Amino acid sequence: MSNKTITVNFGPVHPAAHGVLRLLLDLDGEVVERADPHIGLLHRGTEKLIEHKTYLQALPYFDRLDYVAPMNQEHAFALAIEKLTGAEVPKRGQYIRVLFSEIGRLLSHLLNVTTSAMDVGAMSPITWGFDEREKLLDFYEEVSGSRFHAAYFRAGGVHKDLPDGLLQKIYDFCISFPKALDDIETMLTENRIFKQRNVDIANITKDEAIDNGFTGFILRSTGVPWDLRKSQPYDSYEDFNFQIPVGKNGDCYDRYLCQIAEMRESIKIMLQCIDNMPEGEVINHDAKIAAPKRADMKTSMEAIIRHFKFFTEGFQVPAGEVYTAVEAPKGEFGVYLISDGTSKPYRCKIRAPGFAHLAAFNMLTKGHLLADVPAILGSIAIVFGEVDR
Amino acid sequence: MNAVSLISDNIYSILVILMWSMVVFVPILIGVILAVYGDRKIWAAVQKRKGPNVVGPFGLLQVPADGLKYIFKEIIIPDGADKILFILAPILTFALAIAAWSVIPIQAGAALSNINVGILYIFAISSLGVYGILIAGWSSNSKYPFFGALRSAAQMVSYEVSMGFVIVTVLMCVGSLNLTDIVMAQKNIWFFIPLFPMFVVFFISALAETNRPPFDLPEAESELVAGYQTEYSAIPFVLFFFGEYANILLMCSLTTILFLGGWLPPFDIAPFNMIPGFIWFLLKLIFVFYMFAMVKAFVPRYRYDQLMRLGWKVLLPVSLIAVVLTSSILFFFNLAPDLI
Repeated sequence: MSNKTITVNFGPVHPAAHGVLRLLLDLDGEVVERADPHIGLLHRGTEKLIEHKTYLQALPYFDRLDYVAPMNQEHAFALAIEKLTGAEVPKRGQYIRVLFSEIGRLLSHLLNVTTSAMDVGAMSPITWGFDEREKLLDFYEEVSGSRFHAAYFRAGGVHKDLPDGLLQKIYDFCISFPKALDDIETMLTENRIFKQRNVDIANITKDEAIDNGFTGFILRSTGVPWDLRKSQPYDSYEDFNFQIPVGKNGDCYDRYLCQIAEMRESIKIMLQCIDNMPEGEVINHDAKIAAPKRADMKTSMEAIIRHFKFFTEGFQVPAGEVYTAVEAPKGEFGVYLISDGTSKPYRCKIRAPGFAHLAAFNMLTKGHLLADVPAILGSIAIVFGEVDR
Repeated sequence: MNAVSLISDNIYSILVILMWSMVVFVPILIGVILAVYGDRKIWAAVQKRKGPNVVGPFGLLQVPADGLKYIFKEIIIPDGADKILFILAPILTFALAIAAWSVIPIQAGAALSNINVGILYIFAISSLGVYGILIAGWSSNSKYPFFGALRSAAQMVSYEVSMGFVIVTVLMCVGSLNLTDIVMAQKNIWFFIPLFPMFVVFFISALAETNRPPFDLPEAESELVAGYQTEYSAIPFVLFFFGEYANILLMCSLTTILFLGGWLPPFDIAPFNMIPGFIWFLLKLIFVFYMFAMVKAFVPRYRYDQLMRLGWKVLLPVSLIAVVLTSSILFFFNLAPDLI
């Protein structure tokens, strides 16, 4: 370190540190020479804990990774188990999962867009965004009983069918939400100061993005139309008609625009989901990865025994290795699962998109001003639950 | 003459001075309390919140309650801080914010001291205000306050220049530095109509001068934690806070006096000119403050270099051109006022 630079501690209790990020910034005046993110303050040993839990007990840990869009993480884990066991998911279960994955995307993007606006000083959009989030969390609560830690996506489908009237409520939301989004956009999109703070900040090229393992809207903002929902559709994403918004310059402003456009696409998917929601079961009861039906338990001894076994020792998953990934709101969220044939995972490696994004933070901030650091941090949507795991 | 006899001989004058000081101080205190309350309410309304509504009727006692809480807190002085300057800084800010008010007329002749160079006095006092912030940032001996202080110094210097030129254009139209004369010169037309661009420049500069968004860089929360106030707590913090809002109100009343005709009614006819002048003054002040509060709710924050660019490359040329234009027009059309 030359005697020109001074080092400041940005976090972990800094108001713009998005949780518990600790950045060491070497500053020359206000120009950032080097940014060194220190992580681990929220490390809970999730992966190790999962090895000591049955598959069912492991599932709720995924809610606590990217806690602004909990169900999307569960999705990857549920898909991994289904892939190992070869279990089919009923069509209605798949549609419900798609519906709630998109709700998760809205939850995440709403939070990121409005908090990154707050990081550049626009204090009002955040409460508008949270107003909408509150409605979405009510839907979470209606299906799972919990606003955040839902544990709703299970291996083989979803835990329970939708309550009566929920689809109508979600439909009403889908109709009213674009107006709320327009309101947020009027505050930001063409706002001169907002543009000055975001355009041409932390530009990333296609190659840089790919080399650094960027995924999700950050990769798409550079112009790469890569979206797992299109490129390798899981559940029933192939049934839906939607666009992949891509950016051009890969700067903070493009990332913002991509998120806004993705929210509008999510609404489209949700409306299609509601219109074409199939009837039938929501979880595969036959594949032995879900609890037996209540009705069966009244008449069948076998079902009672299965129920008891299911909730005590859990279900066995055939030995094997599998990697499944979903397009989580922040990028490719992957689960690498190794099973040794018992009812507990042998190893569960989690690939969190935010980890790769934060790892490139020095590259993103180098040469920018101190005031740009929170703007960049907001634009790459860091959530410490998934980075630290 | 020793000190005791100096006091005893002049006891009457000293009492009068103290009394008049209270006459200025108490309304400002109440005004600041209401301004903080109003600021929070307006901001809350934009954000779809209710704002303070629990303590007292309509939450009116929230601000005094907060103030009281700070009074009972411990004053924490960091180990590495320069203790004298650390305490001096908020006192300075507070005292200067109050002192500037002594020349503000809220009605014809109703100022504590109706001095001839009123506008210069205000300008001098408000320029000194930056010292409070600078000293606070330096004496805290901490990195974030230091950044805040550096930014503040640069910001205040660059915006005071254009603000000075704006005042010069107004003064050319008036021909006096006395604030009462400035208001009376607007008898026929309020200055914000002929000098509208100047009104805008002045408003923007006033925002920058009082560290309000979008120019709140010295205390930018997402970058500098709380800027120069980071290490402050309890009473010193309240003094900063109070001084800041007193300054905002000062800038609002200055805008009113320079551009919105002070205590003059909008039309000099029956129902309007029956309302006492200070009511008009307060209404205009509230209107300007409302604009201050709305700006806070709507705009993001400038970056340091963008702020400098706006100050030196946009506002300064605009106000310079305005000075030249105004003086040319006044000269060639023979409109220049006689010096009062």
